[in-house]
Amino acid sequence: MTASNLLNTVQIANFVADGLLVFDELVPDNINQQVMRELDENQIQGRAGVAGQYLSELWSNSQGIGAMLRLPAVQGIIKSLVGPNSLYDHHAAHRVPARHKEGQFWHVDAIIDVRTHFDIQLFYFPHDTPREMGGTLFLPGSHFRRAHEFDISRYQNFRGQLPIVCKAGTLVAGHHGLWHCAQPNHTDAMRYMIKVRINPTVRQKLLWDTSDLNNPEVSNILSRNHRWYGDDDRLEVCNRIKLWRFLIDDDSFDVNYWLTRIENQPA
Amino acid sequence: MALKQKLLFLCSASPSLESSIGSWAIYDGTGAENHTTGDSDAPPYTSVLHAMRDGWRVIQVPQLLPPQPGYELSTSYMKFEYVLEKLEEAQ
Repeated sequence: MTASNLLNTVQIANFVADGLLVFDELVPDNINQQVMRELDENQIQGRAGVAGQYLSELWSNSQGIGAMLRLPAVQGIIKSLVGPNSLYDHHAAHRVPARHKEGQFWHVDAIIDVRTHFDIQLFYFPHDTPREMGGTLFLPGSHFRRAHEFDISRYQNFRGQLPIVCKAGTLVAGHHGLWHCAQPNHTDAMRYMIKVRINPTVRQKLLWDTSDLNNPEVSNILSRNHRWYGDDDRLEVCNRIKLWRFLIDDDSFDVNYWLTRIENQPA
Repeated sequence: MALKQKLLFLCSASPSLESSIGSWAIYDGTGAENHTTGDSDAPPYTSVLHAMRDGWRVIQVPQLLPPQPGYELSTSYMKFEYVLEKLEEAQ
């Protein structure tokens, strides 16, 4: 993360390719502890405000969840991906009870959502989450796939699936279309994960620190092959190119000539 | 003892039964195994053909459907999902 707390171009390219960014141990322990206290006192359950309300208006007195969201590093993530004056959509304090053996079904949140504009979901892990405790399982590269909620629940495993095994204070920023599911908790303790969905109010264009905009790594990152989708790899790259064009406001951008070739229609 | 059905879903990289596996799931009607999301990081077989050689019977092959006009670059579910079965005695 840069001095301005904004993400850089390489990070945004990774978000476009994977559909998520993982920030290990981003939130300091005193805030994690306050969040755990707020969870124990049932202060985070239920709606915090009205869907569509400015996120900045919520949890203004909270030294836990509010303080987490006000952290400059977290603000930098939000502003880089969805921009200023972002909106609260909803949040949830997810609990997986001790000795819960079943994994949640794979799903996409909300409904099919094929906007180029995107919401982000912050997945916040306020305590250590070893593999035997879960945590949330993500499928990198799944965010462009058109699927409605639990329509993907027959699947169990994918090559390259990513369980969030982390220390307290880890934050994942995910695209709204990302496939994910909660994992079993084989420990004797309740597992918590707090999710906050955030909407943009501005055109998502060059919102991050663009001082490295022409980094040559971008093309390689956007060409990443997550393997689980087999022969669809080139289609996945095309969808990333489309989002990258949108984000940098340049319809001439391409990777390996994929879109330029099929857009060539001489008069 | 009655035979019960065990299903194996293998999503392959291409329509070829010899191509690699990107997703897999097992539903065991005998009750001997309980599988859930995220319970393995590697597929049980390297290909559909590999599973057939271990006694799994293919009961459904994915149809090859052309994309709808205008949606040629869209992706959705796993396209090449094979369904295989074994019949086993319940434990």
